[in-house]
Amino acid sequence: MNIIIVGCGRVSYTLVEQLIGDNHSIVVVDEDDAKVQYFTEELDVMGVVGNGVDYQTLLEAGIEHTNLLIAATGVDEQNLLCCVLAKKLEFCKTIACVRNPIYNTEIGFLRKELGLSMILNPELIAANEIARIFQFPPEIKIDTFTRGRIELLHLKITRDCLLNNYPLKYIHTRLKCNVLVCIVIREDDVFIPSIDFVFRTDDTIVIIANPAEADSFFLKIGLHTSRARTAMIVGGGTVGYYLARRLLEVGIKTKIIEIDSRRCNELSEQLPGASIVNGDGSDEHLLAQEGIGTVDAFAALTGIDEENVLLSLYAKGISRGSIVTKINRTYYSGVLNNIQLDSVIFPSFLTADYITKYVRSMNQRTDSNMENLFKLENGRAEALEFFITEPSIVTDTPIRQLKLKSDLIICSITRNGHVIIPGGHDELKVGDAVIIITTRSIFYDIKDIIKR
Amino acid sequence: MNLIILLYIIGWVLQIEALFLTVPAIVGVCYHEYNCSISYMIVAVVCLVLGYFLRQQKFDANDIYPREGFVAVSLSWIFLSLFGCLPFLLTGEIPGFINAWFETVSGLTTTGASILSDVEALSHASIFWRSFTHWIGGMGVFIIMLAIMPLAGAHSMNLMRAESPGPSVGKFLPKIRDTAILTYGIYITITVIICAAYLISGMSLFEALTMTFGTVGTGGFGIYNDSAASFTPLQQDLMTIFMILCGVNYNIYFCLVFKRFKEIFSFEEVRTYFLIIFASSGIIAWNIRHLYPTVEERLRHAFFQVGSIITTSGFSTVDFDLWPQLSRNIIILLMFIGACAGSTGGGMKVSRILILLKSVQDELHRIIHPHLIKKKHFDNRILPEETLRSTNAFTAIYFVIFFISVLLIGVDELDFTSDFTAVASMINNIGPGLNSVGPTCNFDVYSTFSKCVLIFDMLAGRLELFPVLILFMPTCWKRY
Repeated sequence: MNIIIVGCGRVSYTLVEQLIGDNHSIVVVDEDDAKVQYFTEELDVMGVVGNGVDYQTLLEAGIEHTNLLIAATGVDEQNLLCCVLAKKLEFCKTIACVRNPIYNTEIGFLRKELGLSMILNPELIAANEIARIFQFPPEIKIDTFTRGRIELLHLKITRDCLLNNYPLKYIHTRLKCNVLVCIVIREDDVFIPSIDFVFRTDDTIVIIANPAEADSFFLKIGLHTSRARTAMIVGGGTVGYYLARRLLEVGIKTKIIEIDSRRCNELSEQLPGASIVNGDGSDEHLLAQEGIGTVDAFAALTGIDEENVLLSLYAKGISRGSIVTKINRTYYSGVLNNIQLDSVIFPSFLTADYITKYVRSMNQRTDSNMENLFKLENGRAEALEFFITEPSIVTDTPIRQLKLKSDLIICSITRNGHVIIPGGHDELKVGDAVIIITTRSIFYDIKDIIKR
Repeated sequence: MNLIILLYIIGWVLQIEALFLTVPAIVGVCYHEYNCSISYMIVAVVCLVLGYFLRQQKFDANDIYPREGFVAVSLSWIFLSLFGCLPFLLTGEIPGFINAWFETVSGLTTTGASILSDVEALSHASIFWRSFTHWIGGMGVFIIMLAIMPLAGAHSMNLMRAESPGPSVGKFLPKIRDTAILTYGIYITITVIICAAYLISGMSLFEALTMTFGTVGTGGFGIYNDSAASFTPLQQDLMTIFMILCGVNYNIYFCLVFKRFKEIFSFEEVRTYFLIIFASSGIIAWNIRHLYPTVEERLRHAFFQVGSIITTSGFSTVDFDLWPQLSRNIIILLMFIGACAGSTGGGMKVSRILILLKSVQDELHRIIHPHLIKKKHFDNRILPEETLRSTNAFTAIYFVIFFISVLLIGVDELDFTSDFTAVASMINNIGPGLNSVGPTCNFDVYSTFSKCVLIFDMLAGRLELFPVLILFMPTCWKRY
């Protein structure tokens, strides 16, 4: 597929990195020739220097043969205008990034009236993600997909955890928990555990379970789950605003610490329910005064990545709540792997993920019954959603009797609106939506899960 | 320096060369020169096996940084020429390793200078291989490698950039592989068209093929001792036209493929290129009016020689060494200008000359208006400072290498014109020079030492200096 990406920013870079692996032809457009040059040197893309609203520039980028245009510059109006132009002149699909909260309230109307395929708000996506994390206990990290229906719970096994040196099969036989361990991350490896697998210290396991089962499982292995009641946000930027708004909606007491008094006034106008504190978030005394030691949830959302990391590390030392760190620079992902932070949010990764999901769903092969494809664990595993429309070798046979390939696992079956976490005795039936997690390459037919 | 990557890339280059070497072997079989065929096949098998072992170790394609790209390209060319000269030694047709190496480098770099006094004595397979190396070297081996090699990463662009001639190298399609395939497709199409035209004009298949390779690659190895003089006027005219068309920036052919006809006439470089050709041919035709009786002959020879020199092919229909001094001076000047960037030709490239002239104009403006800010435009685009800087550096290094080479080959005690034009002809990948190395002479007059210097000049000229020079930087070989 031919894709034009306007704006060479962080989101675009991550996006190109993700899309290039799927064999798309990508052209990037930016006014800054140094940025374009950086992209063309690092990634297999063509660069055009110019403004994305300029039709001549778009022509040079090959808009006539383009299937999708993604506008991700820093200016909302430019993104929208660029998409409208592309839409009206060449009828390609368009995605725009729009950040300003003012536009956000009418986003559905804008999208429909302007004829865009999708309007994204990177800050809102990040805020929603953080809110989701706060609603789960700190030991567990959550990844959602299929529009939030399935939650992947990440749990790191510590030395004194019950699961340390615990064989996988005992979870069903001794703990009698109906949870599915679908991925194990050991050091840099991502793999799907076999039945004889034994957990070790520092493994991260990814499990799927319905909420009640998950609660009882965590209780049995010695984790106490409790949802956050109070939250502290350092940095009252756009993400902070969206996050506070969403937390207030679900009844979490929210406090925002912001250094700029003018911004504090704005926030106070927009968020009557929140307490806004004007002060320097890196001030230890201020944080202590505002109760960092007792807060259930802490988010470091200042504009400076390093400050966010330090704040989170500090908060981690004195607080038992869950801590979220926002990091803008994607280069830091390697460094941060070695730092014991709870949850790290990369807004550009999240946004790129959303777009990649959309692009993948566009790129449907006609012979495929794959409905959706989701990247997990930084792209080292994939979740594929299939609709079973006809009987085949995989249907109406207990899963334990199917000779499945080794690198995949059937992680959920949605039947009549109910999500089933499958065990060995469950069967796939016509009409089911099945999610399969795999660490091998993508396949396009449900029948390909069988060993040949 | 990441040695695994270097070995891997050289392994690929050798395997591709093995593929190319089978072609002269087949030609040998057609002409019942079985001994020659066997020699070519032996070298092909050696390349294949060696290449296989060299690319056993796996690595991350994103580790190809500009440094690896540049070193890999120049080392590959050295290996390519070393293995390419083995058949000449095995068949015993060219005595002496340096001679055989000179001949192969001359072929691959599309120079077309020979150390042989009697080309016609060679076997058909060897004549074919000599010309075929022009075709291989004309477009470069890395484009074909990028088209077939499973190195999809963006960093493999560093390989293409290091090999392609011209001040700035871009892509025409978003993906490197697609660009490489398209480029090679255009190259092959041009080859087929020219070959067909030659066949129709009455050449035999062997003549047509070998002359096509020389024309497309802007090489210049003749298959007869008198270069192109024995061909009919029609065939010479065809060669003139095709040589000039092959010296044009290939972006024009991309525009043709994409049906962007308007843009074709907007290339400043190509317009200048044709202007230079017509102007210098006109002057030469007038200057040589006493030597040839008819206007047709004057124009034909003038255009042929000008086309041959500016595209850095180096074919000749007459001994232009006997022409008046004005014509000879023009020819020397054309040697330095060279063809367009992004073509198969060598030389400094018309675009570099234009950029330099613009810089000079800018400096003059600055004397008059010291605070003037004026961006230089090229093809209706702003010329990046980066390009200006690299063009200036290129020019400086070019002349340093040029004069040092003239100095070094001075040990052979030939006259100044010979040495000067020999180096000019080598570094610009042309072929013939003047006086002792004129169109009717050959480079065997030079000693082994001088030949080595000239081999270096040819490689440096073809790869645009920097990749070859970087081999001599000690820091380049350190790990950090």
